[in-house]
Amino acid sequence: MPAVSKGDGMRGLAVFISDIRNCKSKEAEIKRINKELANIRSKFKGDKALDGYSKKKYVCKLLFIFLLGHDIDFGHMEAVNLLSSNKYTEKQIGYLFISVLVNSNSELIRLINNAIKNDLSSRNPTFMCLALHCIANVGSREMAEAFAGEIPRILVAGDTMDSVKQSAALCLLRLYKTSPDLVLMGEWTSRVVHLLNDQHMGVVTAAISLITCLSQKNPDEFKTCVSLAVSRLSRIVSSASTDLQDYTYYFVPAPWLSCKLLRLLQCYPPPEDGAVKGRLVECLETILNKAQEPPKSKKVQHSNAKNAILFEAISLIIHYDSEPNLLVRACNQLGQFLQHRETNLRYLALESMCTLASSEFSHEAVKTHIETVINALKTERDVSVRQRAADLLYAMCDRSNAKQIVAEMLSYLETADYSIREEMVLKVAILAEKYAVDYSWYVDTILNLIRIAGDYVSEEVWYRVIQIVINRDDVQGYAAKTVFEALQAPACHENMVKVGGYILGEFGNLIAGDPRSSPLVQFNLLHSKFHLCSVPTRALLLSAYIKFINLFPETKSTIQEVLRSDSQIRNSDVELQQRAVEYLKLSSIASTDVLATVLEEMPPFPERESSILAKLKKKKGPGAVSVNELEEGKREGGELNGGGERGDSSAIAASNASTPSPSADLLGIRTGPPVAAAAASSAGSLLVDVFSEAGINDDGFLRDLEPPTESSESLLAEGPGDSDSAPPSAVSEDPAPLPESNELLNKFVCKNNGVLFENQLLQIGIKSEYRQNLGRMYLFYGNKTSVQFVNFTTTVTCPGELQSQLNVQTKLVEPLIEGGAQVQQVINIECLSEFTDAPLLNIKFRYGGALQNLTLKLPVTINKFFQPTEMASHDFFQRWKQLSLPQQEAQKIFKSNNAMDPEVLKAKLLGLGMALLENVDPNPENFVCAGVIQTKAQQVGSLLRLEPNTQAQMYRLTLRSSKDTVSKRLCELLAEQF
Amino acid sequence: MIGGLFIYNHKGEVLISRVYRDDIGRNAVDAFRVNVIHARQQVRSPVTNIARTSFFHVKRSNIWLAAVTKQNVNAAMVFEFLYKMCDVMTAYFGKISEENIKNNFVLIYELLDEILDFGYPQNSETGALKTFITQQGIKGQHQTKEEQSQITSQVTGQIGWRREGIKYRRNELFLDVLESVNLLMSPQGQVLSAHVSGRVVMKSYLSGMPECKFGMNDKIVIDKQGKAGTTDDPGKSGKQSIAIDDCTFHQCVRLSKFDSERSISFIPPDGEYELMRYRTTKDIILPFRVIPLVREVGRTKLEVKVVIKSNFKPSLLAQKIEVRIPTPLNTSGVQVICMKGKAKYKASENAIVWKIKRMAGMKESQISAEIELLPTNDKKKWARPPISMNFEVPFAPSGLKVRYLKVFESKLNYSDHDVIKWVRYIGRSGIYETRC
Repeated sequence: MPAVSKGDGMRGLAVFISDIRNCKSKEAEIKRINKELANIRSKFKGDKALDGYSKKKYVCKLLFIFLLGHDIDFGHMEAVNLLSSNKYTEKQIGYLFISVLVNSNSELIRLINNAIKNDLSSRNPTFMCLALHCIANVGSREMAEAFAGEIPRILVAGDTMDSVKQSAALCLLRLYKTSPDLVLMGEWTSRVVHLLNDQHMGVVTAAISLITCLSQKNPDEFKTCVSLAVSRLSRIVSSASTDLQDYTYYFVPAPWLSCKLLRLLQCYPPPEDGAVKGRLVECLETILNKAQEPPKSKKVQHSNAKNAILFEAISLIIHYDSEPNLLVRACNQLGQFLQHRETNLRYLALESMCTLASSEFSHEAVKTHIETVINALKTERDVSVRQRAADLLYAMCDRSNAKQIVAEMLSYLETADYSIREEMVLKVAILAEKYAVDYSWYVDTILNLIRIAGDYVSEEVWYRVIQIVINRDDVQGYAAKTVFEALQAPACHENMVKVGGYILGEFGNLIAGDPRSSPLVQFNLLHSKFHLCSVPTRALLLSAYIKFINLFPETKSTIQEVLRSDSQIRNSDVELQQRAVEYLKLSSIASTDVLATVLEEMPPFPERESSILAKLKKKKGPGAVSVNELEEGKREGGELNGGGERGDSSAIAASNASTPSPSADLLGIRTGPPVAAAAASSAGSLLVDVFSEAGINDDGFLRDLEPPTESSESLLAEGPGDSDSAPPSAVSEDPAPLPESNELLNKFVCKNNGVLFENQLLQIGIKSEYRQNLGRMYLFYGNKTSVQFVNFTTTVTCPGELQSQLNVQTKLVEPLIEGGAQVQQVINIECLSEFTDAPLLNIKFRYGGALQNLTLKLPVTINKFFQPTEMASHDFFQRWKQLSLPQQEAQKIFKSNNAMDPEVLKAKLLGLGMALLENVDPNPENFVCAGVIQTKAQQVGSLLRLEPNTQAQMYRLTLRSSKDTVSKRLCELLAEQF
Repeated sequence: MIGGLFIYNHKGEVLISRVYRDDIGRNAVDAFRVNVIHARQQVRSPVTNIARTSFFHVKRSNIWLAAVTKQNVNAAMVFEFLYKMCDVMTAYFGKISEENIKNNFVLIYELLDEILDFGYPQNSETGALKTFITQQGIKGQHQTKEEQSQITSQVTGQIGWRREGIKYRRNELFLDVLESVNLLMSPQGQVLSAHVSGRVVMKSYLSGMPECKFGMNDKIVIDKQGKAGTTDDPGKSGKQSIAIDDCTFHQCVRLSKFDSERSISFIPPDGEYELMRYRTTKDIILPFRVIPLVREVGRTKLEVKVVIKSNFKPSLLAQKIEVRIPTPLNTSGVQVICMKGKAKYKASENAIVWKIKRMAGMKESQISAEIELLPTNDKKKWARPPISMNFEVPFAPSGLKVRYLKVFESKLNYSDHDVIKWVRYIGRSGIYETRC
């Protein structure tokens, strides 16, 4: 609302507002508003012209009513009229109304743009500012189209007032953010950069926001700003607090400008020019020095402004990461903040220290604060600060302090907030693994972890323990003993049972000598937990039992009894039942030698990156765990643990038709073929066949069993993690689309249904329908083999700028395709604007353990969104002539690939989606078509003319449409068709 | 069962708060205010469920009454109770307004204690309540022990709605048949939906414990009689009888007798009460016919002509006639000419309101208006809401007739002939609309 000064106050408006505020009920308010609206309507309709004052008053009332939440559908014209007024207040209300209420209304936009143009070219700075504010507030694409050329000129013109320059810079920034393609800086670049040297601090502050944004997009063009920014910064930093007068805020000179300058510098690497660098370092030192000085004021604003600059400077120092001296000083400064009264400061200090800890120069300096940080973790009241403290502990951990930190984190875990527990668990697990010198310590830590926070221990963590235990001979005995002891607790977590079952199954023999942990005691201990566990754990325990039979023949009868009981052998869960039956048979039929071979000890796992680290990475997002840290983790993990890695994805044994359950399987009798698909059916069902025939022909069984033993070793040596939890660490880049995918794409230009892709494994059929700018596509994935595909996932991506042109939504598809089965996936497509590329369809699945990954182009082409248009001959040629600009036309002359049968051509052209117009072209040989491409943003009319020349076996294809890209793209697509 | 009852003013401030059960906390008061009274969008449903708590509300002028419960109660029962509560309050202190509620705090709490017990509705008969909850100080000082025990026996007895020993010098009773007609008619005059909801209200000043019997021209009763006594002309009785779709009675009516013989017999409460409610949908006499004529002249002008015709005996007079003609939202000016009554454009309601004080039957009147419109840039078309009407006529549009009301009092010596009886019919408009 405008300032209600005496001569200018709008009494009517004030009365109206107070009436509204005094309304007793909603109904009364609506009545009052209706009355006012009728009054305004009659005033606007009235015959005599309104003067500026009343127009302003009524527009103001409308604005107020609109802001109360009522629809306003008139008065726009009057508001636009106000724009051409010469009075500031009237113009201002006009602009206010426009920026609040304007929608892309075609007729009015023109008038508004005209009024804005007039104001921009006037020499009156206030009017120019009003116009610029309006452009920025609306910030639509239309506005950008109309004014993107003009504003940079105003910005760099020599005679523009400072205040206008400020507005122009911010307005340009806004337009650049909404439509970067329209704001072309090219020729203005250097002059915009030189605004950093402007006398007026306000202009510099506004310009620097613009420059920061621009330089993030094209750093090279704005490189020159670095030296200017440094000199500006040094002038501000070295100035006395009284120098800058208006721009000194609570004794801090130009804090906002300083922060922005420092942030701009963070877009660039350290300056190469020695002098500039020296000056910058000097500045940073001064800032650090100033932080040590006693505060000039006790006001919180003073310290806030000062600290803002300091933190920004520290992040610049961290960004450069090349000045050990500065890094250490920054670290010390932050150390002081760690104990500051202000919670926000403590939070920021911890956060900055986290990044400091990853720098090699300051890592040691950060470590000196370990006690404080641990204290913060324990005593801090604010949960977000505690979280930061935990992050920092993780970041500063190395071999020297690992034991202390892990112990502290473990003890904190018992009282930690639920929201951060899982993350803490992962961190503890990683640290324990990364810096483990002594493996018994590692096993203790992880078992402790499971005991304290079992619910938060993800699968990956306990997989990892087992991998390490199996790969390290020296800890196996200790692990078995510890696990056995841990399991003695009356209530232990399911994850503990899993680890216990696995380890005792493998290495139970190492502690069997002790009568307190004799085989039968071990078994009874495990079996006492059996009924409290979920199905996957029970399955694992059953596998452990069969291993017990192998390890300790004396337990055979007891275990067989258990397996034979109804609750196992007739279990309603297929997986458990199958295991019980198979293990029972195996134990009763196979000789001890066979049993020993089948149930041989697990071979060591091949090396791979720790899956926990990948999990943490996924959980925190890519930015949180820095890349070099990850690599470090990988390296150290490799060195230390001597291949404590899980099976590579392709080596992990696959599923097979007889055991389709995806549940975690340690020893499932799976005979999945390694990779070769052809051998699958014969080799794959060997063992199963064996079992079914075993009763009849013992000899056959033994004979048959011999050959697969080699492979079964590797088969049984399946990673504890099983292949199903597709390890995120194997983040493979999607392969480039198949070379033939372009051809596939062309096949579908003129038809909507058909087979998109086929190989020995997979067939992809396609059915699609389009209406206006919307389309729906049904993809049918057919499994051509007899083996199921697991982890079947499909993703549709729109590369590059296609993202803004097409909107593609996919429904999820079943992750499992049985052999010979077909699944359907629906994809919804919306065309936002015209496009040239096609979206990519990426398909991943596991077939026989091998990851299959293929990428295809989805046959979505621009012509699918054609709407046929019928028109008469003269209409056609009239429009043809209207589209006569050279860039609107695309022409191609090419040789025919097929026979030139007019009927085939007709069918193809109809399939294209345009209307085939008969009796239009004077030459009956020629074909002409017309159609409109429907996109969400606009409609693009297109005309086509195809002139076949039968003698020369050539075609001439001409396309004209209102968009040049469309003509070109259509021409390319079509040229392949004939 | 009802967990609590709150009364709010229009601002959402709590005037009365009575909690009957522990499961309703203080925060329920705020929840209703925030989610219903101060809701961004107007809440139209009378039942709102917030955090597993149900709020049933009714609004009387600017006052909100809300019953709250956490249990699965019978919603119809709760609303019936709320309406009864409104009736009781009106009977005690007149109009329900913030002022009146503030002035009668103590009384309302006293009433709430009496008519709801642990959330279960109790006797809410005004007549009975007034015997022991009064506005004139404490009656106990003036009451004898006998009177007190009489109240107890009455309230807990079989006939809770009438006390014994009432005596009047003149035995008199007044019977009002109040009906409201609801209609929706197409522009061509086709009836799209019509029904009458009526009430029979009785005011009785009778001595002793009289036994009454009420008779009306109910089709089932007439047909039965027609069959029994062949002397009646079946054609005639068929015309005059009406088909009642459904009806409900005051608790004093013996329902078993109604079910078996379809006769309405009862011992009436003293004073005013509603004997029955009913609804009919067939053979309704529509008192007025509205003929609209709307013509759009270009984008900026609209011509409206409305004719109303009265459709009843010329000797009868309709009163308080009001026709409400909605105007488009972009109206900028209105000129009205009417032959009878007064017409005015009310900008605050977006309507032309035409009022006629009195109008005899079989007459016709007309209004014509020119509406100027302001061209808008909105493409939305005007929805043309229906033209609505209000009126009052001195007959029952359903055709209901009171045939007799007999009074028997065996103990006292007055007979049916000694009772002075008055019958009145009033037909009012409910939602009486014609599309244009």
